[in-house]
Amino acid sequence: MYKYDQYDQTIVDTRVEEFREQVARRLAGELSEDQFKPLRLMNGLYLQLHAYMLRVAIPYGTLDGRQMRMLAHIARTYDKGYGHFTTRQNIQYNWIELKDTPDILAELATVEMHAIQTSGNCIRNISSDQFAGAAADEVTDPRPWAELLRQWSTFHPEFSYLPRKFKICVIAADEDRAAMRLHDIGIQLTTNAAGEIGAAIYVGGGMGRTPMIAPLIKDFVPIDDLLSYVEACLRVYNRYGRRDNIYKARIKILIHEIGADEYRRQVEEEWAHVKTLGLDPPRAEFDRIAAMFAPPAFDAATPDTLDRSDPDFALWVDQNVKPHKQPGYAIATISLKPVGGIPGDATAEQIELMADLAERYSFDELRVTHAQNIVLPHVRKADLHALWQALDAAGLATPNLDLISDIIACPGLDYCSLANARSIPLAQKIATRFSSIERQRDLGELKLKISGCINACGHHHAGHIGILGVDRKGTENYQLLLGGSGAEDASLGKITGPGFDEDGIVDAIERTVETYRAVRTHGERFLDTYRRVGIEPFKEAIYG
Amino acid sequence: MKIATGNDLATGDVVWWDGAGWSRHVEDAVDVGDGGAALIAREDAARRVNGAYVIDATETPHGPRPAHIKDRIRARGPTVRLDLNVAPADAAAGSWVI
Repeated sequence: MYKYDQYDQTIVDTRVEEFREQVARRLAGELSEDQFKPLRLMNGLYLQLHAYMLRVAIPYGTLDGRQMRMLAHIARTYDKGYGHFTTRQNIQYNWIELKDTPDILAELATVEMHAIQTSGNCIRNISSDQFAGAAADEVTDPRPWAELLRQWSTFHPEFSYLPRKFKICVIAADEDRAAMRLHDIGIQLTTNAAGEIGAAIYVGGGMGRTPMIAPLIKDFVPIDDLLSYVEACLRVYNRYGRRDNIYKARIKILIHEIGADEYRRQVEEEWAHVKTLGLDPPRAEFDRIAAMFAPPAFDAATPDTLDRSDPDFALWVDQNVKPHKQPGYAIATISLKPVGGIPGDATAEQIELMADLAERYSFDELRVTHAQNIVLPHVRKADLHALWQALDAAGLATPNLDLISDIIACPGLDYCSLANARSIPLAQKIATRFSSIERQRDLGELKLKISGCINACGHHHAGHIGILGVDRKGTENYQLLLGGSGAEDASLGKITGPGFDEDGIVDAIERTVETYRAVRTHGERFLDTYRRVGIEPFKEAIYG
Repeated sequence: MKIATGNDLATGDVVWWDGAGWSRHVEDAVDVGDGGAALIAREDAARRVNGAYVIDATETPHGPRPAHIKDRIRARGPTVRLDLNVAPADAAAGSWVI
């Protein structure tokens, strides 16, 4: 894992003290809310329905046990004993007091964490593949490049006041586990015919009110030129992105309006100039960073076998454990989606336990996924049963990864000041309706995603089944979408028709999945069946 | 009736104008009539409350009930964490939020 150098630490510590003074001035009445709001947002502090909300950055979703334990400490000391892991691989605290915020940030800084780049029209926290460094299918570990981009983007003077927020994702496998093409810039590290590493660059994806899948802008950028190429992409956007209309300010709108070809031409022109500026770091600097992401000291002698005699354990392994590139090891996903629970929420005690288990069983590493789960990336197969027992005792062993109850849900109207409808109660009702694990496994991979408003924090556009909450004359109403995907086969869901109330949408989902069961062919996922038969059979079942 | 609400500057708590100050309990809210804009301008200047605004509400036996679900959730707390809610003065308020 990356470790701060003196520059990183100084940046973070200085920012804490600057914000401490700003908070003091606000509390003393020296600053108005209009003056203070942009300052607090630059430090991840929002004002939500019930209280201030602090969003803490977890760069590319990677953290260690010491950092995880600090997150638990903050939940217990400054919040109400829990935190909410988000679809941006971050964590949010829902009940923060303004007066405590400088102390919280100071405590975070002691473990190399902060809340910078979690709000505002800047380059946000870089996201990545939660299986990075462990997946058998990656061409290289994407995290050193994500870290390089983090350092480049932090307080980048040219890109601190972009037309709108800007999200970058870096992956290095053909299987997209990070919704890469639904980012402003999606980077897929790959190799060319000569075996050299480079990057395919996708630009202009995103969800929100105008969802778009990023088109490929350049199929191969030599890896040592990555930073200058991304800089050129940002420069063209910063120059021409609209600032007159917040709803048309994202880069996806610019590319949609001028076309990918024209955008590509302008980027190439800009890149030719940027490359002359010596922006790309010397290889030695990248190597310094990459050395901190060296694989852990795997035990080559550990057995590559597994005792599956405990059926409940075997079920969890089948659903939540994925192959690791190192024989004898596995990747374990901890579901934060117990039936009837709140997707992404974890208590301070659960967070601490996950920190302990990471230290004991996963070389002190954890990952946060965009699907609001936690990953222990490097677990010896011989330790999986002990890990599962510890998780099970804490209510963290739900065997439902990628099943219908593994629901992504934004905080919705229960917490969020932007929301039009509640998301969490729907997730709870749906998970309860489909609580039978046998039924869930029969349905197979089925990604259900719920957003409480058009801003799409719950990724409803990318759900095999998506739900969008809207306000219909003061009443919550839910639209149903089918056919979305955030994976390598990215697609956007289509609305089936008129919306439903809270109970009606659950019934509509039941009819949808039963239609799938009736028409699927052997081995077809829900999404495959939908793509083969189209939306009509589902509409007939839902509205017929 | 019209009532005024906002969030406490220091804590972020949802608060309601009770005629003399800001209360945590919506039951204490008073009808601000046509004086809402002036009240908010004054309170905003005093910088004790954040983002104050005036909403429609109806009188009920349990006190003012905000017209919009968002403000009813603000008044009580998340519907999915009743253990964290602001308790209603009258437990019989029941399904007051939804």
